[in-house]
Amino acid sequence: MHEWALAEAILASANETAQKQHLKTVSEVQVKLGQLQQIDQDILQFAFTRLKKGKFKNAKLTIRTQKPRLQCNTCGNTWTLNTKNLDKDTAEAIHFIPEIAHAYIKCPKCKSPDFTILRGRGIWLQTIKGAR
Amino acid sequence: MRDPRTSIINQRLKPVHRIIAVSSGKGGVGKSLIATTLALTLAKKNCTVGLFDIDFTSPSTHIILGIKKLQPTEKKGIVPPTVHGVKYMSIVYYSKDQATPLRGADVSNALIELLSITKWSKLDFLILDMPPGIGDATLDLLRLIENIEFLIVTTPSKLAFETVRKLASLLKELKIPVLGIVENMKMNHSKTVQQQTRKLGLAYLGGIAYDSEIEKSIGNTNLLLNTSLAAEVQNITTKI
Repeated sequence: MHEWALAEAILASANETAQKQHLKTVSEVQVKLGQLQQIDQDILQFAFTRLKKGKFKNAKLTIRTQKPRLQCNTCGNTWTLNTKNLDKDTAEAIHFIPEIAHAYIKCPKCKSPDFTILRGRGIWLQTIKGAR
Repeated sequence: MRDPRTSIINQRLKPVHRIIAVSSGKGGVGKSLIATTLALTLAKKNCTVGLFDIDFTSPSTHIILGIKKLQPTEKKGIVPPTVHGVKYMSIVYYSKDQATPLRGADVSNALIELLSITKWSKLDFLILDMPPGIGDATLDLLRLIENIEFLIVTTPSKLAFETVRKLASLLKELKIPVLGIVENMKMNHSKTVQQQTRKLGLAYLGGIAYDSEIEKSIGNTNLLLNTSLAAEVQNITTKI
């Protein structure tokens, strides 16, 4: 349920952007959502709808997902992580703090825990659309 | 593209009256023990207190508090549980007993994540147990938290104090409030650290004598609050 906390963050950040762009109303907020964190999109959408107000009253949330791509800092191997293969406890821990992946996931090639999350980690506000 | 999480952090920390980062230039000077004892002592004085272990790669305050099997609750974010009268947050809820090897960017990301999703209730004090040095966590807190104050811990060692001097100078340059310096593990009555602290223009908050028995209190907060360290921390609370 911490999707609510993330929805609040999206709206707070989008509001700052709207102010900078002098937008009076916002029609769309676009975010990129990394799948490492396994955010429940339905809950995120629901939370956004419940929380939006003022200039965001009629805004829709558009979510683009991105698969997690990791690169081993030891052997250079890159791989796409399938979060569906994670056990429940590991998946839940990564859900709250994606960096916890470093405690549970190893490079499939050399077993090193030293890897970089190249993409697909969390939420990024991409753009907002609206009228001045 | 922007990271939306940073926009919500100061709103999350709005219910917190004072945020005190217990910091040092070097590891092993007793930051975690002092941070934990400070939180417990303030809670005993009927203050509402939170303790947040920010030393993500080497968290230890949960061991000092003697915590086993405890989890935050989820309520439109994560709500830290209360332990010995203190709202307590740590990465160990999620990393369990696994090592957490994190590079700098990962430390930053984990810190921003937890700051943006943790829902603190109304607190008089939030005590942060910092990792040693002037690394990513320190820089992120300086960047992201508006009303942070620092309490710096050193030992009588020249090596520890030299790193503290650099940390204090940086904070002074950035106009970040420093409550003062605590000298831990004092082996004699030397006033060198006291004099050096005053030269830096900072308050010497107190000297804590080396206590070879302190190890016995790890994991038992009742014993901890009866140590000479706790007595000195009690004095320090009157000066901050």
